Amino acid sequence: MLEKALKGSPKYYMWVGFLLLVILGTSGFYIMQLMEGLTITGMSRDVSWGFYIAQFTYLVGLAASGVMIVLPYYFHHYKKFKDLVIFGEFMAIAAVVMCLGFIVVDIGQPQRMLNVVLFPTPNSILFWDMLVLNGYLILNVLVGWTCLEADRQGLPHPKWSHTLAYVSIIWAFSIHTVTAFLYQGLPGRHYWLTAILAARFLASAFCSGPAILLLVIMLTEKVTTFKANVEGLATLAKIITYAMCVNVFFFLLEVFTAFYSGIPGHTHSIVYLFKGVHGHHELVPFMWTAVVLGLGSLCLLIPPKLRDNMKLLPWSLAILVIATWIDKGLGLLIGGFNPTPFETIAPYWPTGKELMISLMIYATGALVVTILFKIATEVKQEIGASQKPAVE
Amino acid sequence: MNHTRRNFLKFAGLTAAGLCVASAGGVMAAGAGATYKEGAQALKAKRWGMVIDSKKVGTKEAIDVLAKACHDVHNVPNIPGKQNIMWIWAAGFEQAFDQPNNFMDEGLEKRQFPILCNHCTNAPCVRVCPTQATYKRPDGIVAMDYHRCIGCRYCMAGCPFGARSFNFMEPRLHLDVTKLNKDFPTRMRGVVEKCNFCVERLAQGKQPACVEVSNGAVVYGDLSDPNSEIRKILREHYTIRRKPSLGTEPSVYYII
Repeated sequence: MLEKALKGSPKYYMWVGFLLLVILGTSGFYIMQLMEGLTITGMSRDVSWGFYIAQFTYLVGLAASGVMIVLPYYFHHYKKFKDLVIFGEFMAIAAVVMCLGFIVVDIGQPQRMLNVVLFPTPNSILFWDMLVLNGYLILNVLVGWTCLEADRQGLPHPKWSHTLAYVSIIWAFSIHTVTAFLYQGLPGRHYWLTAILAARFLASAFCSGPAILLLVIMLTEKVTTFKANVEGLATLAKIITYAMCVNVFFFLLEVFTAFYSGIPGHTHSIVYLFKGVHGHHELVPFMWTAVVLGLGSLCLLIPPKLRDNMKLLPWSLAILVIATWIDKGLGLLIGGFNPTPFETIAPYWPTGKELMISLMIYATGALVVTILFKIATEVKQEIGASQKPAVE
Repeated sequence: MNHTRRNFLKFAGLTAAGLCVASAGGVMAAGAGATYKEGAQALKAKRWGMVIDSKKVGTKEAIDVLAKACHDVHNVPNIPGKQNIMWIWAAGFEQAFDQPNNFMDEGLEKRQFPILCNHCTNAPCVRVCPTQATYKRPDGIVAMDYHRCIGCRYCMAGCPFGARSFNFMEPRLHLDVTKLNKDFPTRMRGVVEKCNFCVERLAQGKQPACVEVSNGAVVYGDLSDPNSEIRKILREHYTIRRKPSLGTEPSVYYII
């Protein structure tokens, strides 16, 4: 099926060429980082993880986009998702590829990366995260590719692919839980040291992931003959809405616990993020933007009339994505490291080079999505599944 | 035809698998045993610990003497800015102990405390390290293998004491190569480092570098031996440790 990615319209070639150029151009910055070290980033002794790990954390959420389609389809036989399943799985592949990319660019000695496998250390959550992420990647490649190939040949899906699909649903929950465990088991990082962090990761993933997926599917509809089942899209929007409500609720639980108890360890990070301390207000505008956009997205998503308006929906989803990105891709990391163990504030801001290297990985992810979605839409076209009505 | 091809593939597969196992085994063998050779006069203990008399070494100047001795002997560079490497340094009471007090006595308010790795019994850095590059020695010292560290910095997020530093850049650029201590390695870029309780000096029968220059303000000894000098001092003085509520069980005690 891979040959389908090689033949396309001039626009397709231009887009792929553009992405390749971006990857090529920005990889120069990665080479610079390899030669000079992570000193080219904005990270410091106190904020020792930065933009890379934050993007990794956010993109683990995108990997979950698939499961919100796969689960209703396989567990509840919700047939309206039939032609969406493959996009969920392919999006998960791209997301995990980006996750792994962000880990690789973050480590100081990437050539020693395999030490994690050579010296397996079960007491380290990073070891488990490596296992679940790679496992999830393999599961989605196997299930997605096999099912698409079977569809193309007009054959029923093999039985083992069903079994693996069930496994991948459970597995999807594990990748968020384990990623949250990376953070929530660390003594002395109060913003992370909370039992609800894993639940927050799941809720945030299950709204932001499908939101990005839905946006990409809408874009796919614009540039291909694919036409998703409208009712299916509406159901997905409903799932996103529920997940976002839960996400906001979980965050408010944190706020209550912190401020009603008044324990400084619990309040400090939240105060730093939303009000600023010791004259540092770096993140305040961002966090309040997240609040406004997050609540705004709920206002646009909860009323069925607004939610089912397919013209408005992309905007509601876009602001939801921005809000959740600020919360998890920015606030979570910087708020976790501040205040520092010395009760001081160490401001962090990514450098231009750091952003360029991140762009390299985002462009790689976009390339993977483009190629996989191209293959999937071509197969759908070939078998006449979920197609736009032919224009006379 | 089929048979031979099948046999060939089997053979090739087995060979490849064998090579993988052999090379992995070789790497593991090379990685193990990264400890210092102990001389006959090596100092030994069941659990090394440290008591710092903050009344005797309570100023930035006094602590800088300890830091200089330590950083010289371990080839620790001084890098201006927020990406510095520090094994031992000075901090105020609130920074060090997380116990705000609005009405502290004047002496304590101005006093500085030497801060270093606590060599915790339940060290979070050891727990989180994905490659066992940070590990616990039987004598309680939390040591590091700089050749195994992948630079993921999970240990830095895990340490509640901010005791760890990462080599964001080539550390040798900030070292005077003519004045290096040739008995201790310099590090490479991309690995984490911290105070090692002078394992290399203990192996030669010497006290840690900071202890040697402290004029008795810092005492080092075996916490598990009730007759040791350190236990005597702990019996006779009121001491505190950093962030005891986190349960990491630091091995560094402070006389207040």
